[in-house]
Amino acid sequence: MSMRLLRLFSGREATAPVARERLQILLAHERGLLGQSDLLVTLREEILAVVSKHIQLDPDKVMVKLERGKSVSTLEVDIEVPNNFDKKVSGETRMAG
Amino acid sequence: MAKVLVVTSGKGGVGKTTTTAALGAALAQRGQNVVVVDFDVGLRNLDLVMGAERRVVFDLINVVQGVAKLPQALIRDKRLENLWLLPASQTRDKDALTDEGVGRVIDELRSRFDWILCDSPAGIERGATLAMRFADEAVIVTNPEVSSVRDSDRIIGMLDSKTVRAERGERVEKHILITRYDPARAARGEMLNIDDILEILATPLLGIIPESQDVLKASNVGSPVTLNNAESAPARAYIDASRRLMGEEVAMVVPAERKGFMDRLLGRRAA
Repeated sequence: MSMRLLRLFSGREATAPVARERLQILLAHERGLLGQSDLLVTLREEILAVVSKHIQLDPDKVMVKLERGKSVSTLEVDIEVPNNFDKKVSGETRMAG
Repeated sequence: MAKVLVVTSGKGGVGKTTTTAALGAALAQRGQNVVVVDFDVGLRNLDLVMGAERRVVFDLINVVQGVAKLPQALIRDKRLENLWLLPASQTRDKDALTDEGVGRVIDELRSRFDWILCDSPAGIERGATLAMRFADEAVIVTNPEVSSVRDSDRIIGMLDSKTVRAERGERVEKHILITRYDPARAARGEMLNIDDILEILATPLLGIIPESQDVLKASNVGSPVTLNNAESAPARAYIDASRRLMGEEVAMVVPAERKGFMDRLLGRRAA
């Protein structure tokens, strides 16, 4: 309430820091998306091909995500497998890189 | 050695045409042979800002298609004899332009001029990619506003991937030109400041053009702002930017409006 009153009296608000932060988050995301889209498609197809040799998979249940961090990025591969498969493979694998 | 420079932005209405005219005239005033080329096919406006709208006979598409020779389409500026305009077509659409055709015209322009300034249309479609295709350098016009900064980032990505230079593994030299800047609002935290924009876009700064009524005054009468009133704040900022393009070291300042004696006396704001 007091902040609101203060803004009411000053009549001005420093909105530029909000703009800066929104842009930084958005562009980090968009740059990754535009630059890496081919890589992710390739990775997804090749991972699917390798795992499919051993396990029957639904291609729609394979997710490959790349998240860019400041010092380290994460490649997340999420594969959903049916319950009745023979070999023991963990349902989720995480790799840092 | 001729230089092809594209003036681009992604977003519309940020000042590409104003900038092309102002930088072109400023370079010509420094003795360079300059041609400004309008790539905004269907929505040409560089002719109007340059004050040559009634002298257009042939245009870029006519030259690309061989209907007219390049010298027939080039319009010489009435104020500066070494400043020329190659207008866009108002009636045809951008599909009439091909990569090869534009490449041939740019090659011919390279043999005649020191600077070839390409005024890009807004957007990221064919017209914009053609305007940047053969560029050696790029001026990315950015307003201190979120949507303009985002679009500039997108355009920077395209300059690094879709140009002939990028495909050859070479670099297009990129410069940010911030237009419509209001130092007072930036100081109060109401507007993105220069450092914020440069840090986000990670591209060097060519100049800062202050928000000014002189820009509209100049386009009203069809004169590049650097010719219309060379003492005005935006003109001085554009002249500084043109000197940096030519490799001079010029201190980075935001020129302020100069108040006349009567303005000071009456406490009027400079117009």
